[in-house]
Amino acid sequence: MWEYTDKVKDHFLNPRNVGEIENPDGVGEVGSLACGDALTLYFKLDDQQRIKEAKFKTFGCASAIASSSALTEMLIGKTLEEAETITNENIADYLGGLPKEKMHCSVMGRDALEKAITCYRGSAEKKIEGEIVCECFGVTDIQIERAVRENHLTTIEQVTDYVKAGGGCGNCHEKIQEIINTVLGKEVPARKKSPVLTNLQKIKLIEQTLEREIKPALNKDGGDIELIDVSGNIVQVRLRGTCATCKKSQITLKNYVEAKLRELVTPELVVEEVTL
Amino acid sequence: MNPLYFDNNATTRVAPEVVEAMLPYFTEYYGNPSSMHTFGGTVGRQINDARAKLADLLGASPEEIVFTSCGSESDNTAIMAALRSNPEKKHIITSRVEHPAIKNLCEYLAKTGYRVTFVPVDHKGRLDMEYLTRHLTDDTAIASFMWANNETGVIFPINDIAGILSERGIIFHTDAVQAVGKVPIDVKKTRIDMLSLSGHKLHAPKGIGALYVRKGTKFSPFLIGGHQEKGRRGGTENVASIIGLGRASDFVTAHMVEENTRVKSLRDKLETQLVQKIPNTFVNGDTDNRLPNTSSIAFEFVEGESILLMMNEFGICASSGSACTSGSLEPSHVLRAMGVPFTAAHGTIRFSLSIYNTEPEIDLIVDKLPPIIARLRAMSPFWKGTCSSAT
Repeated sequence: MWEYTDKVKDHFLNPRNVGEIENPDGVGEVGSLACGDALTLYFKLDDQQRIKEAKFKTFGCASAIASSSALTEMLIGKTLEEAETITNENIADYLGGLPKEKMHCSVMGRDALEKAITCYRGSAEKKIEGEIVCECFGVTDIQIERAVRENHLTTIEQVTDYVKAGGGCGNCHEKIQEIINTVLGKEVPARKKSPVLTNLQKIKLIEQTLEREIKPALNKDGGDIELIDVSGNIVQVRLRGTCATCKKSQITLKNYVEAKLRELVTPELVVEEVTL
Repeated sequence: MNPLYFDNNATTRVAPEVVEAMLPYFTEYYGNPSSMHTFGGTVGRQINDARAKLADLLGASPEEIVFTSCGSESDNTAIMAALRSNPEKKHIITSRVEHPAIKNLCEYLAKTGYRVTFVPVDHKGRLDMEYLTRHLTDDTAIASFMWANNETGVIFPINDIAGILSERGIIFHTDAVQAVGKVPIDVKKTRIDMLSLSGHKLHAPKGIGALYVRKGTKFSPFLIGGHQEKGRRGGTENVASIIGLGRASDFVTAHMVEENTRVKSLRDKLETQLVQKIPNTFVNGDTDNRLPNTSSIAFEFVEGESILLMMNEFGICASSGSACTSGSLEPSHVLRAMGVPFTAAHGTIRFSLSIYNTEPEIDLIVDKLPPIIARLRAMSPFWKGTCSSAT
């Protein structure tokens, strides 16, 4: 059972400003069904350019609904310049604090607000900046870096609490640690250089890496992989289980299977999928 | 507020009869069963009486019962005993929907040099028997398949699995924590080598479990210590709780018919009415092969924690397969293994009943839940009114 403050409970059980605004001045949509929470934020300005109305629709847990409700209350009466200064910490503070595992709910509020303001200013919606680090929740290195900087995070677990990155399969933990280290000014350890391999050694190493590293990780998600053939640097595999039908399987294949094989066997490898 | 308790797969109320049987073992008969004096020795005899009662519940002999501290300890003991007694074998086979006590242990073992096969299930939670058979090898040290799933109540074909495994001479362990006391079990009729159970799921207290070990099965203790449990589990016996588990064994035997008739029909009523009254709602799992007390219901486009907390306002206790309640970010591994879509997995609620539930309680849930779902859907950006498929 989560220890929610009375204010969180109040904003969850009696959320303020639920709904949509017809012809809003700004709309911001974040999150997805797959991720387990999502928020659409609407606002309308008065002639003084102050937010006169803010509304939301949220799919998610109690703290996601409470954070959205709190955000709309905080926004009403503010100019966009004032609204822009609202941080995720402010939202959490307004609610008397959130359990640390739920801080991502406040970050979601802040993100929706930024999107809504960008939308109002007519600037083309910013593309996802940076490179996706966490495949499971689609979180980029820039988002992680920002969360680490703004909230003074020092561990992978904290990053997961704030932006969800690393909360799924865990394959990105190493990269998250690198980002934390960079922000904290620590040196990134140099990668080991791979030795030259004979063909036989290479095939054996590929087999071992698949069995020991890759299969267990895919199995966790109900997927599986089978080695079909190795010719030169081309590794042919077949995906099985949930992987076979998963839309993200191509991403898994390139960003995980290939990356892992390149890291542990040799950087020249290319992974190809053989379909039935 | 009296709770409307529908979370019996999490834990059950200790039956008053069980509490009564236990009390003298705190106040009067507090001796150590290992002592030489009559005062302690008497307690030892009572423990053996409890052992016999539990053995009766399973169709086992008393000496095949090892008392442990919980279901997780029983599971760990079983797997580790099989691995230690067959050090040359490095393969474990289990399913994708096991309880964390098995799942996390196997994932841990996979990192320490064991090969683990996780057998998939279909969309109804039924085990892929063909996959299972195909992945058995001479290197397989143990197969572990749960009797009934804690989240969906789906029952695996334990008889068939046992048949396949005994043909191959592979040790078969089953985590029967959710099944014992709810469905009849007879280890004489099924070739099971080890079976785990937990007291607090069958109206005994928390902190007591047991492992059935078939006579002749190679064994090695998990908790190394004194000679207790014939050297199979060190540590002074949890006397009062063992007495409680013995009494609870009689209690569930006496209520087995009621569990499978009255409780089952309450569960069916709850399920049917909720699915009827709330659109975009369905039952997870194989409804033809299920525990009589469990219902896993998916309410599309809403999130489980919110449903639970709103039900909590009416004193209704249940649990969810959603990510948010567990502290993890992903929904239940069981629902994901079944391929339940995210639209439904996040909004899945498990109701699990016991003989203490009543019809008026069911009526109250059927009355209170539809407006809760409607309210949360009105708040959800994904809810576009009744629809047959995900957006």
